[in-house]
Amino acid sequence: MDTILGINPVALFGQLLVGLINGSFYALLSLGLAIIFGLLRIINFAQGALYMIGAFLAWLGLEYWGLSYGWALLIVPLVVGLFGILIERFLIRPIAHEDHLYSLLLTFGVALVLQGVFSHVFGSSGKPYSIPEFLQGVANLGFMYLPIYRGWIIVVSLLVCFGTWWAIEKTKLGAYLRAGTENARLLQAFGINVPLMVTLTFGFGVALAGLAGVLAAPIYSVSPDMGANLLIVVFAIVVIGGMGSIGGAIITGISMGVIEGLTKYFYPEASNTIIFMVMVVVLLIKPAGLFGKEV
Amino acid sequence: MKAQGNEKLRVSDLHAFYGESHILHGIDLHVNQGELVTLLGRNGSGRSTTLKAIMNMVGRRSGSININGTETMGLAAHRIAHLGIGFCPEERGIFSSLNVEENLLLPPAVRSDGMSLDEIYQMFPNLYERRTSQGTRLSGGEQQMLALARILRTGANILLLDEITEGLAPVIVKKLGEVLIQLKRKNLTILLVEQNFHFAAPIADRHYVMEHGRIVEEVQQAELSAKTELLNTLLGV
Ligand SMILES: Nc1ncnc2c1ncn2[C@@H]1O[C@H](COP(=O)(O)OP(=O)(O)O)[C@@H](O)[C@H]1O
Ligand SMILES: [Mg+2]
Repeated sequence: MDTILGINPVALFGQLLVGLINGSFYALLSLGLAIIFGLLRIINFAQGALYMIGAFLAWLGLEYWGLSYGWALLIVPLVVGLFGILIERFLIRPIAHEDHLYSLLLTFGVALVLQGVFSHVFGSSGKPYSIPEFLQGVANLGFMYLPIYRGWIIVVSLLVCFGTWWAIEKTKLGAYLRAGTENARLLQAFGINVPLMVTLTFGFGVALAGLAGVLAAPIYSVSPDMGANLLIVVFAIVVIGGMGSIGGAIITGISMGVIEGLTKYFYPEASNTIIFMVMVVVLLIKPAGLFGKEV
Repeated sequence: MKAQGNEKLRVSDLHAFYGESHILHGIDLHVNQGELVTLLGRNGSGRSTTLKAIMNMVGRRSGSININGTETMGLAAHRIAHLGIGFCPEERGIFSSLNVEENLLLPPAVRSDGMSLDEIYQMFPNLYERRTSQGTRLSGGEQQMLALARILRTGANILLLDEITEGLAPVIVKKLGEVLIQLKRKNLTILLVEQNFHFAAPIADRHYVMEHGRIVEEVQQAELSAKTELLNTLLGV
């Protein structure tokens, strides 16, 4: 293939695509974290483990229960969300009046337990999950070949991220969430069942991780540590974006994926660390994060 | 004392705590239907805490709080408003991530006969003009009107208002006074926290004076002139 000004467009677009896909996962996971943080003021360390469970449930569903990919995409997030609701209701809420540090450590413990259980039961080797038939194949975009499933990931995550953003910014339910994020106590004094809202919000944020897990199953190998690896990067992204805004979480997630992809092309040696370098720079210049509110 | 059936709010032997600090030491007060009663006192005397305790927004409480005939000590915080009570906090509590109209529509209706959006905008034309602005972009006076309008829309017939005139220009204070008169005409029941009695003196039916988390004096409208000196001493004016 020709190079233009020393740039190989096929390889560059290829890395950009990888970056967009990673960015889609970053966006879904950090969006869930941001929503949960808004109301509960804790960073949910179990988000990665729940993403892993999402992928495993998709795999288990296909292997043992004949659950097709399409159904998994609908059902698994619900199941993971329900699981999250149980975690919030029976583990987090009883200690919610204590320092938030305890809840945060609790979610960290939950993550380790879940990861341990899945390693014990399923072993640590990756499980294969084939791309569903209707999403197989490659599309010729003219300037590059796009594997359909990769395009699908990007489209689905963008739709879900944008839909969530819209629901939070433009609907009545979203107004409750925004108000609760600012002053939960006053919102409750107005007659809104804030404890219930907290539980459902946690469930929704966690369901996003479950959805990301299902989307990931066909392209990353399904293994117990898949979430832990991803979550470290997502935390860096959350630090970069700041916890202040829903839109900020989405934009930061996608753009960090793209920056990572570009780095893979221009300077592959730095591709694993570029996000952490950005994090350090952001922390030095704007400690609250790019979209965070200074306190 | 008036008949029990007339009573919209009764607080008996109310104690309240923030963590280990014991803030309220046995508050007794009541407000009858259609009455406007003030809760006066110096800064830190416990007036805001009394209102927050009624709304179940403080840490630990004991005693009894009866709202519209229902004992509320065992009720979760989000159940209180639905008994027909609206709270306007001292810091106004306008949400910055909501625009003016979203702020206005935020609290759910708690009774069926609340003011409509049209009536609200008629009463506060400024809010209509600024309905798409971010809530906290409003001037202090407009924010105060928004905080008040917000609970009028819910249909609450008992209003807890915390220092609504604090730091506002005289013309706005006058407007708020007129609004209170209209609300009184509608037979709403109002417990109004103020620093001193001058704002509410012409319209209030009774005054309670607080000091160190206790009610130390109750003054009827008719006794006001006779007790002015005592009040000035208590309130440090
Ligand atoms: N959140 C809080 N935590 C601890 N103490 C508080 C808190 N809010 C108020 N207090 C204390 O409670 C007392 C009464 O305060 P407050 O009810 O706000 O008085 P007022 O409204 O009459 O000015 C004061 O001594 C104040 O320092
Ligand atoms: Mg006060």
